[in-house]
Amino acid sequence: MKVQKRKIFRTLSLFLCGTVLALSGCAASSAVDEVKEEKKESAEDSGETVKVGILHSLSGTMAISEVSLRDAELMAIEEINEAGGLLGKKIEPVIEDGASDWPTFAEKAKKLLQKDKVATIFGGWTSASRKAMLPVVEQNNGLLWYPVQYEGMESSPNIFYTGATTNQQIIPAVSWLLENRGKKFFLLGSDYVFPRTANKIIKAQLKAEGGELAGEEYTPLGHTDYSTIISKIKEVKPDVVFNTLNGDSNVAFFKQLKDSGITAKDLTVMSVSIAEEEIRGIGGDVLAGHLAVWNYFQTTDTPENKAFVEKYKKKYGEDRVTDDPIEAAYFAVHLWAEAVKKAGSFDVDKVKKAAGGIEYKAPGGTVKIDGETQHTWKIVRIGEIQPNGQFKELWNSGEAIKPDPYLKSYPWAKNLN
Amino acid sequence: MKNKTWLYWLFFLALFTAPFYLTEFRLSLLGKFLCFAIIAVGISLIWGYTGILSLGHGVYFGLGAYCMAMYLKLEDSRGHLPDFMEWSGVEKLPWFWKPFENPLFAIFSAIIIPVLLAAFLSYFTFKNRIKGVYFSLLSQAVVVVFVTLFIGKQEWTGGTNGLTNFSTVFGFSLSSPLTQIVIYLLTVLLLCFIFIFSRWLTRSRFGRVLIAIRDSENRVRFLGFNTTTYKVFVYSLSAAFAGLAGVMFVLQVGLISPAMMGIIPSIEMVLWVAVGGRNSLIGAIIGAIATNSAKSFFSENYPDIWLLFLGGLFISIVMFLPNGLAGLYESFVQRKGRRERRKNEAGSHVSRSVS
Repeated sequence: MKVQKRKIFRTLSLFLCGTVLALSGCAASSAVDEVKEEKKESAEDSGETVKVGILHSLSGTMAISEVSLRDAELMAIEEINEAGGLLGKKIEPVIEDGASDWPTFAEKAKKLLQKDKVATIFGGWTSASRKAMLPVVEQNNGLLWYPVQYEGMESSPNIFYTGATTNQQIIPAVSWLLENRGKKFFLLGSDYVFPRTANKIIKAQLKAEGGELAGEEYTPLGHTDYSTIISKIKEVKPDVVFNTLNGDSNVAFFKQLKDSGITAKDLTVMSVSIAEEEIRGIGGDVLAGHLAVWNYFQTTDTPENKAFVEKYKKKYGEDRVTDDPIEAAYFAVHLWAEAVKKAGSFDVDKVKKAAGGIEYKAPGGTVKIDGETQHTWKIVRIGEIQPNGQFKELWNSGEAIKPDPYLKSYPWAKNLN
Repeated sequence: MKNKTWLYWLFFLALFTAPFYLTEFRLSLLGKFLCFAIIAVGISLIWGYTGILSLGHGVYFGLGAYCMAMYLKLEDSRGHLPDFMEWSGVEKLPWFWKPFENPLFAIFSAIIIPVLLAAFLSYFTFKNRIKGVYFSLLSQAVVVVFVTLFIGKQEWTGGTNGLTNFSTVFGFSLSSPLTQIVIYLLTVLLLCFIFIFSRWLTRSRFGRVLIAIRDSENRVRFLGFNTTTYKVFVYSLSAAFAGLAGVMFVLQVGLISPAMMGIIPSIEMVLWVAVGGRNSLIGAIIGAIATNSAKSFFSENYPDIWLLFLGGLFISIVMFLPNGLAGLYESFVQRKGRRERRKNEAGSHVSRSVS
């Protein structure tokens, strides 16, 4: 009996050892193959396809948001391929997992550029992931399309920003609130770079435009107990809570706010990180009546959007929703394709040069690349959340607003940078 | 057991010659893994040899990395304020950033700051005979304190984004392949030194006391040893290793943020050592390299389900190989030895070739 047991153990451990060896063998041989490949393949212009990288978190805390961006980008690539490809070539996506871990983003971006030699990368969500990829794309002269609204103060020559910068989201929202909802602001955010930077801008703007700061609070990412902060809000009675909380914290905050008897009629909460996808997680009934500011809603009324939403739902399921970052990820692929067509080449420098001024009829309205900052001109929209989880648009800027990541056109922002 | 030294030499020779047979990208990955291997040696010293389970080594690694990153950031800004300070509303370089303009000071403090913190922390805990789970929990608490501090002080530390976007070190461009190869070779050299030193340490009288502490601290104390001193020393030493690893990490990856000194990376570090075999220094090194290679390999080839593979590998190793990969090798060698001995005994003449 004993001997048999030992035998089983021995076989098992040998088997394990074998697996590990085989795996490291695989890794080693693939590394060697790479050397060969590298010698064979001269540049991007080989073969029938052109590779592009898709680098989002498919695992970890950010996966819930980023997986739908990957889906939108794949859909756009499919559309281009169905229409005959780009410069006679089919686009071949190379998908990598950033794993919600910033050095992994840097590592995978490097892999995409050096090993796969992709023509461009679509990827990222958090600022930290973008900051991690930035030196990599700059050093390798790659291209990155970043599709999420962010805190501005950046314009890398190798990144195109298709999400809103602060003057296309936060600043118009604050002006609108001051005009329509009241002067007394309470700032609430998760403790990381975007809320802290956003609130610095808001404070300067309030000072310049006659608003009043009633309080400013930060909670760690993933924080779920808001009773203290809600009693503070009750005490100072602000007109508006400007909410830059991220992720799960929103669920806790809004549920506890509702439980404490404060509804949207008593107090407006304006959020910048809650889109249709997040509402699905929190529940439309809890959020109903509160506001959010974006450049696109699923309900935005354009013919392009109707087709886009229909197609997305048909492809990925009726229960899926579209939202601002999804739209920005989707049209980023098309903008890149337009730039490639105009340049007549996949070469990064030529594409960059051709990109300025390129327009595309995106689902949320026409967008245009600003050649100087490599951001996009976008329409700003403020919407009220309905119980069914969709937005009712209350206001929009009418025409696309010029991106100004460093807020150079705002005199009150002078001391910020 | 026969002399295994030639195996070690072969291993380090393979690492030294890696620039010849690996692509630039794979080399940078290996360089990163070697930094992790340096931490793993330190953890093997305190956990495998002394029985102190620290779940907070991310802090020492992070402090070392931040010290180096501060120098790199200042060199990149060339006399101006670092970019994140500008948009955080800081007008003058804070006084504690000033000395980091000097690279030697930065490297020195990347070692001495983790050591001081580790010595302070471990002196008071070990002196009060706090050990086992309580110490592990305490080390986690330190991680939480530091991560919160680094995120909260965005104007001094860059917040969650951390410090990134460096251009040169000692005037050499960080993006040039040659600089990267030199940094890689320095990392191998450092790992080699740390390995030889640790091996010497564990085989000395000092090392035997450490093992004795692990197996029965009270008995060692009754024999008249001051176990606190031993433990504080070895704990601080492993913190110094982690700090040095941080320096090399920043030079190669070009990025440090609070997420990398958090609880999850800290536990991961212990995991590498568990996979490799905590009672073996070379096992810890191989564990760090193997685990991270597996992570890269799986995630590149199966981006959707790679976590399942990795998890399965961890579970099976912990279940079937409690002493890690090194343990597997040892038992293999032992069994072979036993079989040979049996064969010899069965033979007519008695050989005395037991080494």
